[in-house]
Amino acid sequence: MTTATELRTYTAGIRLQSLSKSYGPVLAVDGIDLTIAPGETVALLGPNGAGKSTTIDMILGLAKPDTGAVQVFGMTPSEAIAQGAIGAMLQTGQLLRDLSVRELIAMMASLYPNPMGVDEVLSVTGIEDIADRRTQKLSGGQTQRVRSAIALVSNPDLLILDEPTVAMDVEVRREFWTSMREFASRGKTVVFATHYLEEADAYADRIVLMARGRIVADGPATEIKATVGLRTIKATLPNVPVETLTQLEGVQTAELRGEAVVLHCTNSDAAIRAVLRDFPTASDIEIAGAGLEEAFLLLTGDEKSEELS
Amino acid sequence: MNPTYLRYELIRSVRNKRAFIFSLIFPLVLFYVVAGANRHIKLDDIPFPTYYLAGMASFGTMVAMTSVGARIAAERQAGWNRQLRLTPLSTRAYMRAKVLTGYLTALVTLILLFIAGATLGVHLTTTNVLRMTELVLLGLIPFAALGILMGHLFTPDSIGPFIGGGVSLLALLGGAYGPIGGTHGALHVISQVTPTYWLVQAGHTLAGGQTWSMQGWVTVGAWAVVLAALAARAFRRDTARV
Repeated sequence: MTTATELRTYTAGIRLQSLSKSYGPVLAVDGIDLTIAPGETVALLGPNGAGKSTTIDMILGLAKPDTGAVQVFGMTPSEAIAQGAIGAMLQTGQLLRDLSVRELIAMMASLYPNPMGVDEVLSVTGIEDIADRRTQKLSGGQTQRVRSAIALVSNPDLLILDEPTVAMDVEVRREFWTSMREFASRGKTVVFATHYLEEADAYADRIVLMARGRIVADGPATEIKATVGLRTIKATLPNVPVETLTQLEGVQTAELRGEAVVLHCTNSDAAIRAVLRDFPTASDIEIAGAGLEEAFLLLTGDEKSEELS
Repeated sequence: MNPTYLRYELIRSVRNKRAFIFSLIFPLVLFYVVAGANRHIKLDDIPFPTYYLAGMASFGTMVAMTSVGARIAAERQAGWNRQLRLTPLSTRAYMRAKVLTGYLTALVTLILLFIAGATLGVHLTTTNVLRMTELVLLGLIPFAALGILMGHLFTPDSIGPFIGGGVSLLALLGGAYGPIGGTHGALHVISQVTPTYWLVQAGHTLAGGQTWSMQGWVTVGAWAVVLAALAARAFRRDTARV
């Protein structure tokens, strides 16, 4: 039996090549190419319906791509799973009932060739205190943490988390990420889907931004954050040409909607000062953090953005 | 088969109170109450406790096997089948473990009923006990397939009434609660077409009865083949959809 800290060495990580998947008329993933190196922690960031879960299902072999290919450590997903190389926490799912947490983890461990010790899993995920409780008696947050323990029990080299923190409160979320970070620090590859920019920024080295089934940006977390962390200012301000507005400090783009103007700002503080200085008649002012959806649409230059916003 | 995995499956089935009560306790209690009160009566020349032991054995083992379906349905709804697809455990091995758990529960039911039967004076010899056990285990094959089939067709909410109602109806028609339809007539014909009838007949070998007639083998075999084909189809459809 190998110890949990021992790592298999891989030259290839995850490779997705022109991957597409439709569900009926809906094109969920639209020809994406993505390479993730072993040891990277990557966030798939995007609004609901961006194609993150479908992409993850294809990496895991739970969904079959319509076109394209998936390789995980140079293997097909099912080969990688058979070796216990992939651990995953899916978006939804309950635990098997009528077992204690410890028993459930031992049961799952028995399925893998080189599992972590049960006590080690309990300790890494910080659930020793509920180890003897029956799975059907856990709270939502505790259930999520047991699910994360199940994802780790095979001692996987690739850990995939599909919006893992959705059902967690703030404190559980922080503890969860602490344990995942500890696990990633063992040289593991971690891919997680989220629609929280802060979460992606805080825990990923690299952010892959997805919208409408495509990758719209891919880069270091700080870079992506600067791109999508936009704010918008809306104000009623008649008869001002767009060109004048785009030249204001902190404004990236501007659009006119009847009597109203919408300014997409890289620095909304500077922009609002400039607006009030130059146009004291501006009224009905609203400043909002652009939702991811809006930021993405801006980024992709999608013409349908008005219908959606 | 991975022994650790199977062990926890068994622990789970023992802890599942409802299935445990219906497949083990209920037939046992009913046997003592009903057969105990009528221990000197004979039915069709068979002592009543023997007759009733056969009925309760078929009822309890049927529940044990069809409960497998309830558990598959519950685990599918919980998303557990998706979780298992991320492990090296094949879906086939998963089904095997489930059926084996059902069979072991059925075997415990039988053993408890044999012990209870002995205390009420049922004539038990090694030969007739082994012959009955063998026939019951074979007669349960259609019910194993039925359990898997139901587990894929029903939700955990809708499967309960089906198991409760369906199994009781089959048990009634098959003569598990008492002889039905005499030895002639439409009801008797219907009774003989059910797989339950032959489970009950398996029990009657305790009273020196013969092994199944050709009709019995054909009926049980036909149910097994048809239900297994349907179960395999439901199972394939379910895994393809993911």
